[in-house]
Amino acid sequence: MEFLIRFAQAHETFRQPEIEALASLAGYKVDFLYYDKFSPYAVVKLPDEAAARAVISRSILAKDIFSLWGQATNYDDLHANVRRRTSHLWKDLKQVSFRFTVDAFAGKHTAEETRDIIQSFAYVGFEGPVRLKNPDEQFWVCEEYISDVEAPRSTRSAEPMPQLTRPKRIFLGRWLAHGSRDIMGKYDLKKRKFISTTSMDAELTLITANMAHAAPGKLFYDPFVGTGSFCVAAAHFGALNMGSDIDARSFKGKDPATVGNNKQVRDVRTGRSIGLLSNFEQYGIASKYVDAFTSDLTNTPIRVGQFLDGIVCDPPYGVREGLRVLGTRDGRGTEEVLIDGVPAHYLPGYIAPKKPYGFEAMQNDILTFASRTLVTDGRLCMWMPTSNDEVELVIPMHPDLEIVSVSVQPFNNWSRRLITYRRLPEGQVSDVSLGRQKYDAQGNYADDLNEFRRKYFTKNEKKLAKEQEKTHDE
Amino acid sequence: MKVVTSNFITCAVKDCKSFPLHFRDAKLELQELDFQAEFIQNIIPRLDWDKLQITANELGFSNISDTKPNDDALNNEQILRDLHKLLLEVQIMEGKLICGDCGHEYMIKEGIANFLLPSHLGL
Repeated sequence: MEFLIRFAQAHETFRQPEIEALASLAGYKVDFLYYDKFSPYAVVKLPDEAAARAVISRSILAKDIFSLWGQATNYDDLHANVRRRTSHLWKDLKQVSFRFTVDAFAGKHTAEETRDIIQSFAYVGFEGPVRLKNPDEQFWVCEEYISDVEAPRSTRSAEPMPQLTRPKRIFLGRWLAHGSRDIMGKYDLKKRKFISTTSMDAELTLITANMAHAAPGKLFYDPFVGTGSFCVAAAHFGALNMGSDIDARSFKGKDPATVGNNKQVRDVRTGRSIGLLSNFEQYGIASKYVDAFTSDLTNTPIRVGQFLDGIVCDPPYGVREGLRVLGTRDGRGTEEVLIDGVPAHYLPGYIAPKKPYGFEAMQNDILTFASRTLVTDGRLCMWMPTSNDEVELVIPMHPDLEIVSVSVQPFNNWSRRLITYRRLPEGQVSDVSLGRQKYDAQGNYADDLNEFRRKYFTKNEKKLAKEQEKTHDE
Repeated sequence: MKVVTSNFITCAVKDCKSFPLHFRDAKLELQELDFQAEFIQNIIPRLDWDKLQITANELGFSNISDTKPNDDALNNEQILRDLHKLLLEVQIMEGKLICGDCGHEYMIKEGIANFLLPSHLGL
């Protein structure tokens, strides 16, 4: 059966992968028959209405799904198409209450025009009452015009170009179900108790959880947990969550009552939870919290064995948060330090030494870790930044992991990508010949090791120099 | 730190990786949670049952069964509830995790275990 999806015009490259992830989670195959990156409307093929409802119910980027009643490039063809596809359905709907909505993307209509459009469908012969609130059936006429994003006007004339005044595509759909866009408000960072400068927003974390197939009964892990944004999103969809971070302060948070007393986690007297857990409690999903602990990916205590259903992470980029692993920069500290006969590392307040970490090394370590711990068909969702002058983007690959999708969120002079991998069954190997064959430059300092960081900052310096030149000229 | 996590944790020292780590001076708390049968059913096959028995006995939960539940037992609500309590509701709030081989001690403070290593341990 064919269905019409009405998407939000946001995070365009995430829209198809999200629907595909949700379809495969629900056990269906989805085919995109029509998709245009400039349009909110897409036509998909799914087995039946139950499948359509199941797929859309969790979607963050899809607003609605409809049974497709007709599509064409003008109204005459649309009416013919509607008659051909649906005339056998009309008699069952004769007595129901209904409403028609005209949704024009990048176009608009006066009230009279809208009424005329609705009246033009009178041949379906519905005799039931028109009801604007809670009707039994809703029909949507969706018109798609060429937006000025798609066709930027060369002249500043007030007259729109002729091709912008007529819709390029029109659809008629019978409404079936909503997506889950409304939950973005519930998880809005502005209303969350415990966040930091690098917490990812609700929309993208929920999309990530969808891509990673978060669902009841599953176990998820975030090795760079921070304030736990991904955990909260995965927990919303029912998964249980573990997280770790090299710096415990990032998930514990500060408790003003006990700072300095090395007791900032959970005050015994007030029973207050650590920051990460307080987020779970805020949303009433505390039973989805398993554990948070302090550890480092290069010396992880997690045992080798396939037990994780999903790994979601946004590793530090080394711009705002430094990339660090355990170790010393200059190779010192190979001897155990004793203070009054007690090993220093057992004393309260001991801080393990850390050194800068290579960007490529970190990504490869994540893939290796995922291949060792994910169950078959388990998913890894990893965010990765790239500076826009990187000529050819090469995605990190691993023979045990298949790349499911790559989506891009562009910024001014850099962008970040969400890469979704699937753990292949034992014995299957993915083709990694196109994978990243790059290794980190040698060095001891962050700028030597992290190409992204270096590019990010040199670019800003260049820009700054240019701007200064300009002001000099003036 | 919960019992379920301890079943997936080894010594962090690269040349050691001993498993399971042993709780010492553990201060426990019981936190009641919504019963999630589906999670317990999913996680049972992934557990190392022998090691779970060791951990459970060390913490004083000696009534754990000798064999890993399978077939019918996976649908026995009482068995699932007991495991839910042991794996997810028992919290180790204070104490140490000690490696049986290399002897390294990992501190647990207010529910958070610390697996960072000092630099002399072959980093």
